[in-house]
Amino acid sequence: MKRFNAYALTFRLPIIIWQGLFFIGPLAFTIAMSFFLVKNFRMEEAFEMKNWSRMLSRGYVWDSYWFTLMMAAGSAALTSLLAFPASMYLAFRSSESMRRWAIFLLIIPFFTSYLVRTFSWYVILAESGVINAGLGLIGLGPFTMLNTIFGTLVGYVMLTLPLVVILQTVTLASIDRSLIQAARNLGCGPVRVIFATILPAAKTGLIVAALFAFILAFGDFVAPYYLGGSKPPTLPILIIDTTKAGQQWPRAAVVAVMMMVTLFVIAFTAILLAYRKRASR
Amino acid sequence: MTWVLRGYTALLFTFVFAPIFFSMMFSFNSARFPTLPLEGFTTHWYETIFADEDFWRAARNSLIVSVSTGVLATILGFCTAYSDYRYRFRGQGAYLAIILLPPTIPLIVMALAMLAWFSKVGISGQVWTIIIAHTVLTAPFAMAIIRLRLNQIDASMEAAAWNLGASEWRAMREVILPFCRPAILSSLFLTAAVSFDEFTIAWFVSGLNKTLPVHVLEIVQGTIDPQVNAIGTLVFLTSMTLVIAAQLSIFFRLQRSTR
Repeated sequence: MKRFNAYALTFRLPIIIWQGLFFIGPLAFTIAMSFFLVKNFRMEEAFEMKNWSRMLSRGYVWDSYWFTLMMAAGSAALTSLLAFPASMYLAFRSSESMRRWAIFLLIIPFFTSYLVRTFSWYVILAESGVINAGLGLIGLGPFTMLNTIFGTLVGYVMLTLPLVVILQTVTLASIDRSLIQAARNLGCGPVRVIFATILPAAKTGLIVAALFAFILAFGDFVAPYYLGGSKPPTLPILIIDTTKAGQQWPRAAVVAVMMMVTLFVIAFTAILLAYRKRASR
Repeated sequence: MTWVLRGYTALLFTFVFAPIFFSMMFSFNSARFPTLPLEGFTTHWYETIFADEDFWRAARNSLIVSVSTGVLATILGFCTAYSDYRYRFRGQGAYLAIILLPPTIPLIVMALAMLAWFSKVGISGQVWTIIIAHTVLTAPFAMAIIRLRLNQIDASMEAAAWNLGASEWRAMREVILPFCRPAILSSLFLTAAVSFDEFTIAWFVSGLNKTLPVHVLEIVQGTIDPQVNAIGTLVFLTSMTLVIAAQLSIFFRLQRSTR
């Protein structure tokens, strides 16, 4: 296998070249671009800290940073909590064929038209929308749900819920049933079974599911923009505004690099937590 | 207890599917602002978009982009999946990382990175720029589906073909490829669906060559226009069909043969 092998290389090389040119290349260039300068609306290659010192000294950038981080983390926790009872049901109380159908159905929205679904929520949540029309019939409302944090959360949950339910269900369904039976035989009630047996056994999968929810929400601009009214703008919205309106690509690159570093740190921590063995007593 | 959980699960599914349902319903509703109670039935919004040249141009671009992306991503995904299945080599971890990482990078970051890079190389704003970007994004899905299928192959099948005198290429053609056919089909459908729906990167790199979701994005930025429900319904139906086709080609088969 050491010698030059045309057959092996035919299959191995294409992706290396492709991702090198069109994945690693762009990301590396973005990092470099964060040190470039813009003069007379033209970008000049340079190695200056100007963009960094400017962006990092602005209050609105940090406001946006913490807001985005908190919203993404909060929605990941919220989605995980909302999904858990349904995943428990699908994993333990439903038939095998029902579980398969549920996953089949959930895969569809995960891959379909997030943008149009957001517009649909916009219409549903509006002041004169479906929900307020329904509440009006019983004499309630109207409630303002658009352009609030609630609106943003609805969008984030809609984006991440299908994936989280799928990952949680698959994880829970693969737990060794005899563990649960043993806990019951030892006299654990249902709540204790969940906390002492199911959660520790499913820890890795649950953390990975929440991590995916975080990644998706952290990088999404549609929900905070259309449903949350961009108050305050999240980091993705900041990137769009800086790129599209101001032609300030290097400053947008600073925000992009901040996002990548944050994601890397959080993903790394989450994976460490997910795979950490519990200290034996 | 069980029925409480069942009701709760049904509620979550309602939450997930309600927007799709409402969008379809309002696309046939004559009111200018979509709400309840419904007004009259109309096909006006569909007539509006079908008479709109921008819509047809965007639809054509979307078709070209999603089909080309599907084919390219599936070829790349197949090559990578086969390499990983057949060989053990140094740097295999890094090799897998560069194909599997793109979906974990926020789309908005990818969008900016691709825009900047393509402008630098001087190829931004073309239809095939979108195809290149979407292929990077979707190749991981292709690789994952085909790799799962290759897990199920009996390793001695390929070796048997060699022992019977087939060259590596012939064994590829007559053993590996036919075995992977359902996964290849599934990958074509799924990657085309993801590409058909992707709007962040497409919006950044497409220039004047809008795809359908980018067209929707630009309408939505203006006002509430019921046209969006009509386009949305068409987009839903297309991508839903693709995703369902992808699942039918492989997932049920995968599950069946693992038991």
